[in-house]
Amino acid sequence: MSKKLLLKNDHIAGINTLPVYREHGGYTVLANTLKNLTPDAVVEEVKKSGLRGRGGAGFPTGMKWSFLAKPEGIPRYVVCNADESEPGTFKDRYLMERIPHLLVEGMILSSYALGANTAYIYIRGEYFYVSRILETAIEEAYKAGLLGKNILNSGYDLDLHVQVGAGAYICGEETALLESLEGKRGNPRIKPPFPAVAGLYGCPTVVNNVETIAAVVPILELGGDEYAKIGIGKSTGTKLISASGHINKPGVYEIELGLPVEEFIYSDQYCGGIRGGRKLKAVVAGGSSVPILPTELILKTANGEPRLMSYESLGDGGFATGTMLGSGGFIVMDEDTSIVKNLYTFSRFYHHESCGQCSPCREGTGWMERILKKILDGKGTLSDIDLLWDIQSKIEGKTICPLGEAAAWPVAAAIRHFRPEFEAYVTNPDSIKDIKHYYRLQN
Amino acid sequence: MLKVTIDDIPVEVPEGTTILQAARMIGGDIVPPAMCYHSKLKTSGGYCRTCIVKVEQGSAKDPRPMPKPVASCRTTVMDGMVVRNITSPENLEARAGVVEFLLLNHPLDCPVCDQAGECHLQDLSYENGKAETRYDFDKREYEPTDIGDKIKLHMNRCILCYRCVKVADQLTDGRCHGVINRGEAAEISTYIEKAIDNDFSGNMIDVCPVGALTDKTFRFKSRVWYTNPVDAHRNCDKCCGKVRLWNQGEEVLRVTARKDEFGEVMDNEDGSTAWICNECRYDKKNLSDWTIEGPAKINRHSVISANHYDTLKNIQKTTIKMMGSKPHGVKSELGAGPLDPNNQ
Amino acid sequence: MTNTHDIQFSKESMDRVEKLIQHYPAGKHKSALIPILHIAQAEFGGWLSPATMDYVASILKIQSIEVYEVASFYSMFNLEPVGNCLIEVCRTSSCWLCGAEDIIDHLEHKLGIQVGETTPDGMFTLKAVECLGSCGTAPMMQVGADYHENLTIDKVDNLLDQFRSENKKSRYC
Repeated sequence: MSKKLLLKNDHIAGINTLPVYREHGGYTVLANTLKNLTPDAVVEEVKKSGLRGRGGAGFPTGMKWSFLAKPEGIPRYVVCNADESEPGTFKDRYLMERIPHLLVEGMILSSYALGANTAYIYIRGEYFYVSRILETAIEEAYKAGLLGKNILNSGYDLDLHVQVGAGAYICGEETALLESLEGKRGNPRIKPPFPAVAGLYGCPTVVNNVETIAAVVPILELGGDEYAKIGIGKSTGTKLISASGHINKPGVYEIELGLPVEEFIYSDQYCGGIRGGRKLKAVVAGGSSVPILPTELILKTANGEPRLMSYESLGDGGFATGTMLGSGGFIVMDEDTSIVKNLYTFSRFYHHESCGQCSPCREGTGWMERILKKILDGKGTLSDIDLLWDIQSKIEGKTICPLGEAAAWPVAAAIRHFRPEFEAYVTNPDSIKDIKHYYRLQN
Repeated sequence: MLKVTIDDIPVEVPEGTTILQAARMIGGDIVPPAMCYHSKLKTSGGYCRTCIVKVEQGSAKDPRPMPKPVASCRTTVMDGMVVRNITSPENLEARAGVVEFLLLNHPLDCPVCDQAGECHLQDLSYENGKAETRYDFDKREYEPTDIGDKIKLHMNRCILCYRCVKVADQLTDGRCHGVINRGEAAEISTYIEKAIDNDFSGNMIDVCPVGALTDKTFRFKSRVWYTNPVDAHRNCDKCCGKVRLWNQGEEVLRVTARKDEFGEVMDNEDGSTAWICNECRYDKKNLSDWTIEGPAKINRHSVISANHYDTLKNIQKTTIKMMGSKPHGVKSELGAGPLDPNNQ
Repeated sequence: MTNTHDIQFSKESMDRVEKLIQHYPAGKHKSALIPILHIAQAEFGGWLSPATMDYVASILKIQSIEVYEVASFYSMFNLEPVGNCLIEVCRTSSCWLCGAEDIIDHLEHKLGIQVGETTPDGMFTLKAVECLGSCGTAPMMQVGADYHENLTIDKVDNLLDQFRSENKKSRYC
C-alpha cells in the first residue's frame, strides 16, 4: 500500500525546476494529451478514474467538470484552490513547494479539458514564499512554450496566473475564493447559481483543490481505468495525508486509499507511533472540522472492522461513531491531551475565521468559544455543556456556507465522545489534574 | 406556471418565483419573516436566515427533501415542491435559534429606539423569541455615530442585513459606507469619518429593518404610534414625490417612502420603485409643501399595529421579561418610560 | 479622500502593479486589489494607513470604501502601525499540542510585552495567530512573510538576536 503517484519524485534534488522535472518525465503527459486526446476525452478519463475532490468535500471531480456550462462566446475559467487553511492540513503547501510543475502541468491539462484559456492559482497569502516558487515555475513554463499561445504547437492557448490571498480561511470555500479573486471581501456567495454556471466574473468556472488538479497528471498517464484500480472501492487513487500532533514522524505522506489507520499511525513508514511511547487518546482524521474520534473508534469501526484511510471507512457509522477523510489533516493526540482545550483552539479558530455574513455563524462561533473558555477557566456549569450542544445544532445547516458545519461538528463530536471529560471540568477538576492544557517544548 | 405547496396550501406561480414570494402570494401566517431580503434591492437576502423553511419535497421530478433548511428569499420554487414553514415544529425551532443569534448582541433598547413600533426585529422576537437570554457574556458595544448630517448609525442595533449597502450601491453614485472588519467584528461604517451626501442616501433609513439607521430630523420627536401617517405627494424634479408624512397635529415630524405590508418600499404606477429624494425627506416639513391624499393604511402586522402593546399593563417590565435583560439606557426599571403609552 | 500627495509607489512597484493588472480581463482590474495592497503594505511602513488605501483606490479607480472593506477583512493587512519585526506565532491545535504556548510565553517574557503589543523601541510586535499550515513542523512563527518552523527556545533566542543585530525589518512580499 505504498503506491506513490504524486510524490514519487519529491526528494529528487532540483525537481522544482523545469529541466529536472522534465528529465523525470514531466510534461510528457501534457504533450501526449494535447496530441492524442480531445478535451472531452480528458474529462472522460477523469470520470473513469473515480477521482474525488481532495480539498475536503470529496465530490467526484469528473462529475463536477461535467456540470460546467459551455455557452458560446463566454469565457470559462479554471481556478485552483491553494488556500489551504484547514487546521492540520499542509499537504498542498508541500506539493507546491517541492514539485510546482506537477500543479502547473495539472492546471494546463484541466484547463484544456474544460476549454479555459485563462486560469488562476489562488494561494493563501501566508504561503508567500510558495507563491514565488509557483511564479518561477510558471515563468519557466512560458519560456518553454508550455504556457501562452499555441502550447506545444497544439493550437491551444492558456494563460496561468498566481493570485495571493491575504489571510482568510473562508476563502477556501470556492465562492468566497472567487469573490476574493475579484478583489472583494471573502464572503461566500449564496448558491445557486453554482460556479459551474456563474463563477469568476459571472462566467462558468471550475474550482479544484491543488491535489485534485495534480492528480489529473497521473490519471492521464495511467488512464482513468488503471487509476481507478488503485485504492479501495469508491476511494480510488492515492491521497496526501498531513500528519501532525503527538507522533514521532510528522509530515506529508502519500498513501494508497484503503491503508489501515492503525498502520498509518504506528508504522515507521508513516507516523512512526506516538511520541514518547505514550498511548493514543484521539485523532482528528481529516482536518479540524471533521469529528474527533477516540482511540477505539479511530482504529476500528463500531462493528469491530479495522478502520481504513478511505472516504467510506472513515465515514462508517456516520457521525455517531465515524468521521470523514476530509482534507486529510490527521492530528494525533496522546493520552494526556485535554480534549476540551483542543476544542477551544478549534472554536477560537472558527470564531476568528467567520466572515460575519450570516447570523448563526457570526454570532454562534464566538458564543461557543466563550463558553469553552469559561469551562477551561473552571467557571463552567453542567448546563453550559448542554448549551454548547444546542448552539452547535442551531448553527449546523443554517448558514450560507459550510463554515457553519465546520464550526459545529468539532463541538458536537468532542461532547459526543468525551462528555465525561467536559463534566469533570465543571464538577470535579481534581479528577483530571493530569490532563494537559499546556505543552512545553520537546527540546 | 409551477405548482408549489406551502404549509399544505397550494399555489401556482410563474417560473423564477422564490419560495418567499410564493408564500406572500398566499399571504397570512405562513409567510416567512424576512429581515435582510428586500424585493426592490437586487442581490438582497440570504444573510439573516430568518426566512428559512423546510423543503420536504424538492420537486415533482426529484421528490427528495432538501438536506438543510433553505433561505426562502433566495430559493426559487420547482414544480411540485412541498415546503413547510409554520407547520414544521423543527423549522420553527431552527428559526427561534436564528432569532436568538440576532438578539444575542442586540442592546434591547426598544424603549429609547426610534424604530420601536415599526421594527422587524421587535416583531420577530415577539413572535419567535424566547423569554430568557442564555448569553451571559458582555455584549458588543459601539458608540452611535453620524453618517452624514441627517442619519444616525446605532451599530449596536444593526443585524448586518446589507440593505443600506445595496441602496448605496444601486441608488447612489459613489458609495462611501460599507461593511468593514470580519466576523463578529463586522460593522457598517464609513471607516474614516465621511459624510454620506447624495440625493438618495436617505432611502437607507427606509430599508433598515431595525433601528440602526434613523432619521436625525425625527430623532426622539415622538413614538411612531403617536403620529398620524398620511400619504401625500408633491411635484419633485428628483424623485416620484410620493411619500408618507408622519404628522402630529399640523406638524410634519417625518417623511418616508411608502411601504407595503412587508415593510418594503412600494412601486410607482409605472413599476419603478417609489424611492424618495433627500429634499422631500428632510426639507419639506410643512403641510403646505404637500398635497394630502388621505390616511395611510398601515397594514403590516407589527407588534404595535396588532395592538400587542396596548394590552400590556407595564411595557418596560414586559419588555425586560420578554427580552431577558435590562435594556440599555433605561434608568428606572419600572417607572414610566418612553415606551409607556401613558407617559406621553 | 485623504491627501495622497506624499504616497507614491516606486517605479519598481508601479511596474509590478501594472503587470498585475494585466492578469485580469478588461474591466476586471479590481481583482488586483489584494495583491496591490500587499505591495503597498510592504512599501509604506508595514501597514495600510487610510491615505495608503485611498492611494490604492485612486490607482484602481474604485471607491475608497471598497478598499477599506477589503483591507479590514483579511488578517494579513495591518490597519495600525506595527513594529519593524512582526512576529506571529501560530497557536491552533497542532501547534498548541507541540508547545506553541511555551513559545508565546517565552517571547512575551523575552520582549517584555504581551501578545498584541509592540516593544517601546518599535522593534517588535508580537501576535498570536491561527493555523498557518505548518502543523507538521510545529511550533512555528511567521516573521513578516518568512516562516520559522520546528521552533525551540534556543532557536527563538537566536532569531531574536539575529533580528536585533541586523536591525531587521520584516519583509512582507
